[in-house]
Amino acid sequence: MAKEECISQRNKTAGDTSALRNRKVFPSSEKTPSSPLSKGTHSQTAGHHSEDDAQSSNGTSAQCSTRGNNSEEPPSRVLLMLVVGLSFSTRLYKIADPPHVCWDETHFGKMGSYYINRTFFFDVHPPLGKMLIGLAGYMTGYDGTFPFVKPGDKYEHHNYWGMRGFCAVLGSCLPVFAYLIVLELSQSHTAALITATLLIFDTGSITISQYILLDPILMFFIMAAVLSMVKFNQQRYRPFSATWWLWLVLTGVSLAGALGVKFVGLFVILLVGLNTVWDLWRLLGDLSLSLVDITKHLLARVVGLILLPLLLYITIFAIHFVVLNKSGPGDGFFSSAFQSRLIGNNLHNASMPEYLAYGSTITVKNLRIAGGYLHSHWHLYPEGVGAKQQQVTAYLHKDYNNLWLVQRHGENECEKRGILLRKTTRNLHTHLHEAPLTKKHFQVTGYGINGTGDINDLWQVEVCGGQKGDLVKVLRSKVRFLHRATGCVLYSSGKTLPKWGWEQVEVTCSPYLKETPSSQWNIEDHINPKLPNISLSVLKPHFLEILLESHIVMIRGNSGLKPKDNEMNSKPWHWPINYQGLRFSGVNDTDYRVYLLGNPVVWWINLASLGLYVIMVAVASVALQRGFSLGQKRIGMVIDCDSNDSHVLMREGGQLFLGWLLHYAPFYTMGRVLYYHHYFPAMLFNSMLTGITLDVLLKSADLLLRRPYSDWLQRVGLMVLLFSVLYSFYLFHPLSYGMTGPLAHEAGSAMAGLKWMDSWEF
Amino acid sequence: GVMMLQLPLVVTAQVDLVLLLVSLLALWTRLSRLSYPNAVVFDEVYYGQFVSLYMKRVFFIDDSGPPLGHLILAFGAYLGGFDGNFVWNRIGAEYPSSVSVWSLRLLPALCGALCVPLVYLLTLELRFSHLSALGAALLLLLENSLIVQSRFMLLESVLIFFVLLAFFSYLRFHNTPSSCFRYGWLILSGASCAAAVGVKYMGVFSYLLLLGVASLHTWNLIGDRGVSHVSPAELCVCVCVCVCLQLSVCVQCVCRVVCLLVVPVLLYVFWFYVHLSLLHRSGPHDQLMSSAFQASLEGGLSRITQGQPLEVAYGSQVTLRSSASQPVPCWLHSHKANYPIRYENGRGSSHQQQVTCYPFKDVNNWWIIKDPGRQELVVSSPPRPVRHGDVIQLVHGMTSRFLNSHDVAAPMSPHAQEVSGYIDFNVSMPTQNLWRVDISNREAESESWKTILSDVRLVHVNTSAVLRMTGVSLPDWGFRQLEVVADKLFKAQSSSLDWTVEEHRYGTSQEQKEREAELHSPTHIDVNRKISFWAKFLEVQWKMLTVKQEDSEHKYSSSPLEWITMETNIAYWLHSSTNAQIHLIGNPVSWGVANLSLLAYQLLAAVYLLRRRRGFKDLPDGVWSQFVCLGCVCVGGWVVNFVPFFLMEKTLFLYHYLPALCYLHLLSPALLEHTHTHLCATHRRVLCVCASAGMLLVVLSYRTFCPLTYGSPELSANQLQGLKWRGSWDILYRRR
Repeated sequence: MAKEECISQRNKTAGDTSALRNRKVFPSSEKTPSSPLSKGTHSQTAGHHSEDDAQSSNGTSAQCSTRGNNSEEPPSRVLLMLVVGLSFSTRLYKIADPPHVCWDETHFGKMGSYYINRTFFFDVHPPLGKMLIGLAGYMTGYDGTFPFVKPGDKYEHHNYWGMRGFCAVLGSCLPVFAYLIVLELSQSHTAALITATLLIFDTGSITISQYILLDPILMFFIMAAVLSMVKFNQQRYRPFSATWWLWLVLTGVSLAGALGVKFVGLFVILLVGLNTVWDLWRLLGDLSLSLVDITKHLLARVVGLILLPLLLYITIFAIHFVVLNKSGPGDGFFSSAFQSRLIGNNLHNASMPEYLAYGSTITVKNLRIAGGYLHSHWHLYPEGVGAKQQQVTAYLHKDYNNLWLVQRHGENECEKRGILLRKTTRNLHTHLHEAPLTKKHFQVTGYGINGTGDINDLWQVEVCGGQKGDLVKVLRSKVRFLHRATGCVLYSSGKTLPKWGWEQVEVTCSPYLKETPSSQWNIEDHINPKLPNISLSVLKPHFLEILLESHIVMIRGNSGLKPKDNEMNSKPWHWPINYQGLRFSGVNDTDYRVYLLGNPVVWWINLASLGLYVIMVAVASVALQRGFSLGQKRIGMVIDCDSNDSHVLMREGGQLFLGWLLHYAPFYTMGRVLYYHHYFPAMLFNSMLTGITLDVLLKSADLLLRRPYSDWLQRVGLMVLLFSVLYSFYLFHPLSYGMTGPLAHEAGSAMAGLKWMDSWEF
Repeated sequence: GVMMLQLPLVVTAQVDLVLLLVSLLALWTRLSRLSYPNAVVFDEVYYGQFVSLYMKRVFFIDDSGPPLGHLILAFGAYLGGFDGNFVWNRIGAEYPSSVSVWSLRLLPALCGALCVPLVYLLTLELRFSHLSALGAALLLLLENSLIVQSRFMLLESVLIFFVLLAFFSYLRFHNTPSSCFRYGWLILSGASCAAAVGVKYMGVFSYLLLLGVASLHTWNLIGDRGVSHVSPAELCVCVCVCVCLQLSVCVQCVCRVVCLLVVPVLLYVFWFYVHLSLLHRSGPHDQLMSSAFQASLEGGLSRITQGQPLEVAYGSQVTLRSSASQPVPCWLHSHKANYPIRYENGRGSSHQQQVTCYPFKDVNNWWIIKDPGRQELVVSSPPRPVRHGDVIQLVHGMTSRFLNSHDVAAPMSPHAQEVSGYIDFNVSMPTQNLWRVDISNREAESESWKTILSDVRLVHVNTSAVLRMTGVSLPDWGFRQLEVVADKLFKAQSSSLDWTVEEHRYGTSQEQKEREAELHSPTHIDVNRKISFWAKFLEVQWKMLTVKQEDSEHKYSSSPLEWITMETNIAYWLHSSTNAQIHLIGNPVSWGVANLSLLAYQLLAAVYLLRRRRGFKDLPDGVWSQFVCLGCVCVGGWVVNFVPFFLMEKTLFLYHYLPALCYLHLLSPALLEHTHTHLCATHRRVLCVCASAGMLLVVLSYRTFCPLTYGSPELSANQLQGLKWRGSWDILYRRR
């Protein structure tokens, strides 16, 4: 434990006490059995309040009572062991049930298998989570042969429990981390205990940890990052010590992990970033530090929190690309050069005619990253969208409809000039109609029958950077197609067409002739029986190019996950009120049903204390600004320490509140389809905030009551809270551990009477 | 004092003269030849239709913004005697001589002109010199894009005027020492905020910024304890003083809250009050509104529904309108066509009669309420009203099929149950045609079902699924009508579950043939129904915020980043035969200056902040707070009016950037003055020369783009080509 290290260090460097003060101090609270001091006793330390400058300017003494914060006390150990034990047992209980594929296991299990089989695939999330799942499966004897076709498929003899167990173990760490974070922030075992209880007995957190999903892995890294950040903050009085470096590096590693699992990890990076900026600002204001020291601090953070995570993140991708070396379902999303790396792809060690010729059958790929193949199909543009001719689009997958035939127009032309003819025997055509989405461009259609068309079917091939008469090299030449009649250039706008265009990408003819990758194409497949095939050693793409390319593909994929029209999707405001859960498994009476839904008591307590927190902070800050002391009644006690409550509330609570906000508010601006489980990281922060808020609230009981009664009130309040959480867990535990029999609204169900909201579907 | 007595006139007259001159110039640039393109220019075609509707007192709803802007435009038209008789259908259409074009465009132009003196005054309130004020006023005066936007029947100039007025009056309030008049300024500020928000929702951003600045000032006020260091021992002595101080602080805070929060909200509602009381006739936008709202308008639905019986009774003939207005308003419908035995994807259906939602009035929309216990389909006398919780059957008027639902997947939404008109095919599929009436907006448990007023859910008794319209169009076999299903889950938005009785009469005919004739005849009896203003206001507001425009790209739409770099323009008007044309193009020099000063301010602020943190105080406290205030208003104003556009999914145009640009024009001269007084001790003369040269360039580039701003004189193709400073500008050439 870090604290032990601190203490041993303190012994070594005895004498330097001014720099070694315990950061957080509290009026003794009898509640916590760990306090060895009776009330009113305070050992004085001459700690300077560099962090509390606003406070000490109040005119009161900056001295404080320090509670012997001895972490070797047995109760704290016992509490921690208890939290660990309960957390692991609740998460690992019935881990193998149900023995079939649940919900998104069908995706992530499948992708885990891809790693074991080394098949290349495409997913909208970065690879770390799936890699770890694959690794866990590999280590526990899963051979990657289960197809994960759809939810409900029986696993039978396959070793799926290893992957689930791995996720559950990571999920079990969450309450433990939360406990440690809150303990570190508030130095109050009560607060930490409240947080841990809320999380351990939340059915939602249990359910989401028990299956092969990315969320437990993601949340593990998020919480690890926050924990290391908090520990690192605590080391601020011992800069550049070994522990300081340790926590800094651990923060960086966890950040890389969080981002490597899902892009949601960006929010925690933002949180840590803001914290770091604030910290640097504090250092900058410390005039006792020279500029050189500050530069050292800055550089250390740049290395630990930017360069190291970046390096790790890139490494993750490097491993991803090295491991997945076989052609698979994700090929078409990537450029021709990329595909040539994959064993089994038709471009791997390709051999085809080297120069484009008339009469060849080709596929044409847009050079914009993830640009897709020039494509056309039998469907026409709908009424009201330009001329009602055949659609021409860009399509990301390999398809027979991507093939085009190059024809010559007239015999006396010396340049390469041709009509591109599709296999459905329509000519590539454009005319002065607005394109469907990009109104500034012209519409591109398929026109004519069996190659007879009109003057608008003529396209001039131009090699970028080449001269007139240069031959067009397959794969290696960047080519533009200039329309002869209008002078526009074939262009892929990157915008997704509506339903009538099968959600493929729009292709237009742009009158703006600037050379951009959107208007450049390359010839990918090339079939011409008259020409000899030459083996092509295609230029291998640079790793950074692959990295960039895969990111753009991922981001586009993410924003492409639009909600379908007739599907009701979850709205962000549903989440904190626990409005509606997710069905993990089973629909009907006879099925084994698991329903992802937070323990309503826990969630509503969280929601209430969020409001309470805002009110308390408002009251406390107005009071501070106006110069009231909240502890006027307790003038006998040390005033400064008393307002520590409000400091914990405002500063440490503020960090958690910011964390909650950062993990929740951005979802309101997202256009993509949202699910209930997106709220879980925010819920973790909310629970930690609840711990701190309720703890401070209980402690301020003595503003109302005299001494012994207020302590009783505190104790009773805590007990009521813990028991209500426990009892509600007893009521709702079938949500996580499986329900069978009739649905909740029917009599005779195990969950009868528990359908408190109509929107719950169990 | 003596000096002041000697020269009071000179001092004041000097200021006034500059201000006056600038104002006159502004009026001249904005108002001269206002009626020149005697044709519909760009978005006039959009706003004009609303002006016409105002003149004709026809109800409309515009989702692009609250009504104050339209009201102001309509007021101008009213002054000019416009009667609303003009068809706004095409940009470039000539106005007839009966339309007073000048008066249509007068108010926006006036607002645009007044922005110039306002900027002058605002700079003074930011505590910068008259010279800076003049500079800011000139930048605004010579900004081609602002001139173009002001000279037509458009709303941006009005918005900018109110925003500037709000900030000016707030700062005047803040700078004035305590007096009674002080709060007059605050009320004016609140009122202008309400007006800004009332013109366009974009005004909200500036309003929030102003609230932020005001709450910062209030926060300092709260912190201003009057008495420093109150130690516990002195506490008793200070109590009296403290109480007084607390009280006055409290009063001040309450005053600010009232002026800046309560007044604007009340005024905002007031705009709607005016809007709704002016527009009392039914019109093209009726369809979006609820039946109750429509019935409150003259003509339209109220003509049909006047005098209908209020309470729905057994035997009533009704049409049921879905409360969901997305994608279109529609009525529960059935017709003589069955669901196909197999759908395209191979799933089977019950092959019973289709039940759909149909967006047009039709005789097939009539349904008859039947008591399951009785056979007759007429209303008994006295009528027996249907109450909340009653179980009924619904009989389709024309085909006599019963509304039925069963455990068969619906055609387009397979998770929901199919709803059909029951046909007995003898295939062990029993009738399940009982529906429970659930009045969702009831006040009492035994409330009866009322025409138009009640929102009713029809709950299927056998499966407790709820009848709802999904909004999905059926394929050709369903004639592209909208799908109706019974949904077990409460997943849907509540509004798609509710149905309202719109047309209603008591059935009297026993025989099917008679009944069909009855259904074809119109309903008529007389009664009048009103709903309260608040109900109307909330409905209009809600519809405004939720009705989605189809966002398609426009030929001249652009992205926010293109605004800064001036890569985009909008062609507003092109003469029908010559090359004379009007474009929304900014003054390139002043845009450059604006961007430069934005960067410079940020850089300077960063340097100052870092140095202050390290203990170097470069600026005295007064100057520093002036500098910060400048940043809060100008840079803050730019940020709040620009950054949110990155998150918006609607179609954006260059003119959305104009409010943000005004803040930057405010910033440039003030920053120059700051540099001049506090940074350049040695090169002051160089700075002055640079500033004058810059101003000269601004004037020159204004002159250069004048033909595109005012639409005259006509330029030749070569001259136009010469004005195409950026390759991405679309300047039009007429092919001869």
